[in-house]
Amino acid sequence: MSLDAKIPGGPLADKWDRHKFELKLVNPANKRKFNIIVVGTGLAGGSAAASLAELGYDVKSFCIQDTPRRAHSIAAQGGINASKNYQNDGDSTWRLFYDTIKGGDFRAREANVYRLAQVSGNIIDQCVAQGVPFAREYGGTLANRSFGGAQVSRTFYARGQTGQQLLLGAYSALSRQIAAGKVTMYPRREMLDLVVSGGKARGIVVRNLITGKIEKHAADAVVLCTGGYGNVFFLSTNAMASNVTAAFRAHKRGAYFANPCYTQIHPTCIPVHGTYQSKLTLMSESLRNDGRVWVPKQAGDTRPPSQIPESERSYYLEEKYPSFGNLVPRDVASRNAKEQCDGGRGVGDTGLAVYLDFADAIKRDGREVIAKKYGNLFEMYDKIVADDPYQTPMMIYPAVHYTMGGLWVDYNLMSNLDGLFVLGEANFSDHGANRLGASALMQGLADGYFVLPYTIGGYLSGVTPGEVGVDNQAFDQVATDAAGRIDRLLSVDGNRTVDDFHRQLGLVMWDHCGMARNDAGLEKAIGQIAELRGEFWENVTVPGSAGDFNQSLERAGRVADFLEFAELMCTDALHRKESCGGHFNEAYQTEEHEALRDDENFCYVAAWNHTGEDSAPDLHKEPLVFENVKLTQRSYK
Amino acid sequence: MTTKSIDITLKVWRQKGPGHKGRLETYRADNISTDMSFLEMLDVINEQLTLDGREPIAFDHDCREGICGQCGSVVNGRPHGPEQGTTLCQLHMRHFNSGDTLVIEPFRARAFKVVKDLAVDRSPLDKIIQAGGYVSVNTGGTPDANSIPISADIAEEAMDAAACIGCGACVAACPNASAMLFMSAKVSQLALLPQGRPEAAKRALAMVRQMDACGFGNCSNERECEAECPKQISITHIARLNREFIKAGIGSSVF
Repeated sequence: MSLDAKIPGGPLADKWDRHKFELKLVNPANKRKFNIIVVGTGLAGGSAAASLAELGYDVKSFCIQDTPRRAHSIAAQGGINASKNYQNDGDSTWRLFYDTIKGGDFRAREANVYRLAQVSGNIIDQCVAQGVPFAREYGGTLANRSFGGAQVSRTFYARGQTGQQLLLGAYSALSRQIAAGKVTMYPRREMLDLVVSGGKARGIVVRNLITGKIEKHAADAVVLCTGGYGNVFFLSTNAMASNVTAAFRAHKRGAYFANPCYTQIHPTCIPVHGTYQSKLTLMSESLRNDGRVWVPKQAGDTRPPSQIPESERSYYLEEKYPSFGNLVPRDVASRNAKEQCDGGRGVGDTGLAVYLDFADAIKRDGREVIAKKYGNLFEMYDKIVADDPYQTPMMIYPAVHYTMGGLWVDYNLMSNLDGLFVLGEANFSDHGANRLGASALMQGLADGYFVLPYTIGGYLSGVTPGEVGVDNQAFDQVATDAAGRIDRLLSVDGNRTVDDFHRQLGLVMWDHCGMARNDAGLEKAIGQIAELRGEFWENVTVPGSAGDFNQSLERAGRVADFLEFAELMCTDALHRKESCGGHFNEAYQTEEHEALRDDENFCYVAAWNHTGEDSAPDLHKEPLVFENVKLTQRSYK
Repeated sequence: MTTKSIDITLKVWRQKGPGHKGRLETYRADNISTDMSFLEMLDVINEQLTLDGREPIAFDHDCREGICGQCGSVVNGRPHGPEQGTTLCQLHMRHFNSGDTLVIEPFRARAFKVVKDLAVDRSPLDKIIQAGGYVSVNTGGTPDANSIPISADIAEEAMDAAACIGCGACVAACPNASAMLFMSAKVSQLALLPQGRPEAAKRALAMVRQMDACGFGNCSNERECEAECPKQISITHIARLNREFIKAGIGSSVF
């Protein structure tokens, strides 16, 4: 199958307007005849379900949590970008577009990113109209702050809880449509598989997590908003239930998985402190507005930070990148932290941490100002580490945070399977090989509020509503497969727990497919993953039964999929013989240890097609054509 | 941070499902690192139960950063445990001592049915929001964000209310199992902001009615909700809710 991204013609700035006009419309009276399934209720899913229902479509919304208000978008802290230029500091649609393309190391599609920048301002308007309490200046206008990879202040925020407030905005819009009867809400449901017949997505099979019952749901289009796969590393900043299952199952039913090796390791997280640890906690990138990153100049210096004089500290980001300083993009900041720690200058008990110091900011602005900006983050740090960041510098270290890869979609956000749309972190489309801070919230809401409601109409206008129902045998087959898989998991009855396997998989991935990669390590990882997967199916123990609220069983299904998906990630990483953004192959770097791209051979999206359990996936390439920006070596000096 | 280990005894509520009788079961939790979070301590117990061929303890949780609102149990009589302004997932074992006995029970309220063990059904809170916890605005067609000036103080106050995570601890803490603090936080946030004013009275009325219909009790000013709220939401929001509710009553004949 050829990969046609269906990018509209014409000048970059006119593409979206022109496309909106050219898309066929569904008559308002006909919209209610169409049934749309939206899986996931994060920023992308919540906003999509609400907006589609407002248009008149009949929507079914599914989430794994006990209520749609808890999706992991809620944990996003720092902010959301928009090119409003409220600060009069030179921002524009073009600048946001350019920063995002460059931040993604020139591995994203120009047309998608430009559209993202174009609708970014609408998102802020929409959220304010909903009652999202963004931070304000004393005159009553909206406040902004700076984020990494940009030299303008374009980030809107609600204390350190921006994701929460935006999500509650989308949840309130969704709640209004539930009350109006336009959305039927199915909480505590986990999508186990996608139903495809005649080359089109027809519905999904889910497990009711309370009763264990396998349910079949048909629709004229299926929209996956199921987030990222960072938990393949076991330890990440993702919520415990975040998983790849819905996306990976769709992949096994024919949807291409694009750029799975592009993962974002966030530079400012609380360091790992014990083997029992269940997750890692992010400290917002916004802290780098005022915090200064440093390590002792001397390797092996174990003095407490207060006893290390100014002259014996290395503010390595400020020294190396004078124009962006502490606000370099995440991939650059993470790699530099690793480099310092590998060189023996790391701090803390494990030596795997660097300082993020607020002493200068507190001296300059006063404690009160700093507390107002970051108070809740400082408190969170204190709760976890039992150390007061007002008194002593934070210790931070990079951790897995976001995944830029995802299911392949065209300009309409439709996958290569007709009728399967993918939004937010679950798709691959807008961030290239590295996402800039405060852009995930922007993309999720852009997709759900302002892109899908237009593009899905273009698809549905050519579809007969209700063509395939749950009585179709395609549904029976998929439901039988899903139930069989659950029985298999329960019947292994081995000696190792699900978490034990997951933790081991995470270590393999962190060591070989993490911040720095090399061919030998990736090859080794592929072998280890296959071996671990074999052992999982022979030696895992899953207590309880299928017809019950069974959290061990839920996790077992997710880990089983991670054990397959991990191999695809490594395969993708191994094939990409260059470094770009979050993918850093040690063999390809500049003299200054920056990622060295190979634009001649790798300027494409790698979209993988599943060909069977025991055969290698097929690689399909979507060439990335840059007509408007010039590809350069990224520099933040 | 100084790491040490403690040995504690747990008495945990085990209940197969909503129709079943529950009981407290006792477990030893030895050699627990004080740097662990409370939920990581439960993870450790669950790993052991699994290896012993017993069913692990069911408990809700997700973000483990104190923001999603999915976790929450009553520890020694207090929702989310003994630390003020802290969700259960952000409570660390350094706040306990060797030899302690911890009684862990689900959030109890007439409106919250037990799903299993420590997990409860809090969907009635969604019903309250569906009754009116929103500004009736569709996607698109909204004015420029800066065309609605809001003073920094009002925005901050609205944000204080909006910080609610919907965990239900206020309900579990209240002797009447009332959802007044939860509801008032949303009513107050939207009543403070100009965007929410047009529907403020109608919203208050609809949400109060829904709360009653869901089987939550009434507020009798016990202030337990405020004391246990992990986000330290103030009961002054209940006062604002009452004002809106009275205004709605005066304005309509259906009071």
